[in-house]
Amino acid sequence: MPKKRKKEQEGSKETPQTTRRDVLKMGVVAGGVTLLTSNKAFKTHDVYAQTVTGGSFVPPEPVVCSIDDFAGSPPTRPFRQQLPIPSVLQSTSLNPAPTRTAHTSAGEAPRAAHQRWSEFLPVKQYALHAKPALHRFHPDLPQSYVWAFNGEVQGPTLINNYGNPVIVRFFNDLPVNHTLGFGIPEMTIHLHNGHTPSESDGFAGDFFGPQLWKDNHYPNVLAGYDTFPTTKGDQREAQYSYWYHDHRAMFTAANTYLGLAGMYLLFDKKDSGNENDTTPGALRLPSGYGVFDIPLEFADKLICPDGTLLADPSGFIFQGDKWCINGAIQPFMPVKRRKYRFRMLNTGPERTRIHKLTGGYNFKVIATDGNLLQNPITVSQITHSVAERYDVIIDFKNARIGDKIYLLDINPDDDPQFVGFPSPTPLPSGVAIEQVNMRFDVVGDATDNSQVPSTLTSYPSTNTQIAAVKTWEFTRVDDDPNGFNFQINGLTFDANRSDHCVEKGTAEIWKLRNLVPASDWTHPVHIHFEEFRILERNGAPPPPLETGRKDVIRLPPGDEIVLFMRFREFLGRYLIHCHNMNHEDAFMMTRWDIVDTVARTPGKKEVVG
Amino acid sequence: MKRRNFFTDFASNASRPAASGGPGYYTNAVLRTQDNKEVRFYDDLIKGKHVVINFMYANCEKACPAITSNMLKVQRELKGRVGKDIFFYSITLKPEEDDPAALKEYAEMHGVKSGWTFLTGDPHDLTTIRFRIGRWNHPGFDLNVTQHTSMLRVINDSINRWTGCSALASIETIKQVITWADPMKPLEERIRENARIQARIDKMDILPTWLGSLGSDS
Repeated sequence: MPKKRKKEQEGSKETPQTTRRDVLKMGVVAGGVTLLTSNKAFKTHDVYAQTVTGGSFVPPEPVVCSIDDFAGSPPTRPFRQQLPIPSVLQSTSLNPAPTRTAHTSAGEAPRAAHQRWSEFLPVKQYALHAKPALHRFHPDLPQSYVWAFNGEVQGPTLINNYGNPVIVRFFNDLPVNHTLGFGIPEMTIHLHNGHTPSESDGFAGDFFGPQLWKDNHYPNVLAGYDTFPTTKGDQREAQYSYWYHDHRAMFTAANTYLGLAGMYLLFDKKDSGNENDTTPGALRLPSGYGVFDIPLEFADKLICPDGTLLADPSGFIFQGDKWCINGAIQPFMPVKRRKYRFRMLNTGPERTRIHKLTGGYNFKVIATDGNLLQNPITVSQITHSVAERYDVIIDFKNARIGDKIYLLDINPDDDPQFVGFPSPTPLPSGVAIEQVNMRFDVVGDATDNSQVPSTLTSYPSTNTQIAAVKTWEFTRVDDDPNGFNFQINGLTFDANRSDHCVEKGTAEIWKLRNLVPASDWTHPVHIHFEEFRILERNGAPPPPLETGRKDVIRLPPGDEIVLFMRFREFLGRYLIHCHNMNHEDAFMMTRWDIVDTVARTPGKKEVVG
Repeated sequence: MKRRNFFTDFASNASRPAASGGPGYYTNAVLRTQDNKEVRFYDDLIKGKHVVINFMYANCEKACPAITSNMLKVQRELKGRVGKDIFFYSITLKPEEDDPAALKEYAEMHGVKSGWTFLTGDPHDLTTIRFRIGRWNHPGFDLNVTQHTSMLRVINDSINRWTGCSALASIETIKQVITWADPMKPLEERIRENARIQARIDKMDILPTWLGSLGSDS
């Protein structure tokens, strides 16, 4: 698939190069390329129109339309559906009851025993069934065959408090006989970026097949729990906005594209989810899930005339020409004249979004990757890579009733959206309907007791003893015989090979490099387990939105980033990988381990490669 | 003009597995084996089969010998499956140089076992096939034949699944990537396998020596 010529989006004046979409339209003839010019009539038909949904109905797998004949998804009228809010998952009582060791005879996938089980006994139990379902991304489209948690796109949201450990039983109800041509009915679910023991972390090699299930144990404890026994951790380590998704090696992009992703929120006394909270120290941010605290889960799809999602047989997921939020294409949302908290999540698989609002509205960013910023940062646009979360406040208090405010994606480098209809409401000059992700309709007033304090948190010190320095080079060497692969330190993912061992309880400096000239991709690098601090980007302090705690960092060609890392409380296998899911599926991913002790050579500090 | 018209499509799609792209996708180009036998690409080599395909040329001194030696090891690791329910194909990137005799010499030189076929044919057809099953990169990149020597494409047409990886990856990784295109085993068998894996996990008291992949049965 095409390489990206320039991945640094802001302010670039270069001519756009071939996009994935162009390639999609290219018919390849021996030694050359020709453009497919046939303009397909968009006659949709709903293959599931006559089927009864609900109950135990399992939709059969469709046959994906020919990629050769595919010119684009069908047209859809903008703003025909209200922004859906993913449901809140209710807890349940699991049978058989969860156990410390895997209950393999009852169908649980093999795993190591839950670490610190008796210390973090789950107080709530949840069930999530990954299963085939039908989902209509837009009222103008037929239903699409998806794989979805409890049949919902996006998956149900889990909401809990810090200090309340939970167990989530992930059932694999995906089809045994799978011939769709992309995706695989095996899964391993990662909670991004939980402070999760390894056996529950969704390691890419720990996948399990249909008719089996696995208990993931989420202690919901602060990183650094052991260092502050009286307070059960340092509150400043809190992370609030998470998401869960499949992490199956080589099939993460396809399985997530089919729908296997949802959000997971934690609250505590500070970010209490109650804007009327009179408890001292409560932030009183805009609250009420789905009311004034709104998840915005971005995704993009290619949709065949019959509603079937399209992907390449290789599992490579093209950037979609249909832009969805919470599973709806170009929705609208009625808003009141007050403050809202939006939790923006880019579910990928690949697209980088650049969010911007019309009407002079700004984003007041309060958290990056779910971690509160020390002080809110007001910006007019946000570059949003796959898997990043940005919690932002948008204040509509000065709007007039009837105002329409558009949320845009103005990234000129990624593939465009296809709409096929003009906007039913006038767009501000210079705005094209193809840039619009959704529309906010100002419809009335509502009490606003929320506040956005100018100081939200402070950051734990990074001034501590450093046990080791580790460098990770993200490469894609075109003239290497091994070179079409996306590599880390010259190697591709091998679940059996650990490329680095760290000692539990220590801190390290990790350097991320993307220095190879042939590599012209920006890699959104994700490190599992604990959030990092960015000490330097190319020798300078990080830009404002990178000053807080994060777990995904954009690594453009030529850059070197210096991170402060900690590894506390749990042991086992974790991952560092590019979160462009097409790249991680091409094995730009490496296992590293947290162990009890690392034998060190005295005086040897630098660990490179 | 439709792209499909460019392809050498001799057979109807009637007999292909329901979801497979069939000859319309893969082409049914007539190729020649190292034994100078004529074969049709989809009908004889792909249809309903689980195959592992790489690209090479006999005079390639850079990566090809290492790849061929890697694939020989993988063939051993697959313990008799190659030639039975998994088939290896090596397709030449330089059909002008590699006639069946040259490929036969190459195969014999490397001690290639049965179940592994070397293929040459019309350059136009081979380029088309390369694009069809490559599907990995930029057209400009894909046009550079030397870039294809390390790609392994795994196709199981009976379940319409593709996997693939570098032919220079570890033997264990390549073996796993090939078996990821296996149809799902019956539940009872998977539960028995899981019990065996669990027993191994339970014996390990030092966490980092856990199995790398629970799908691995080595």
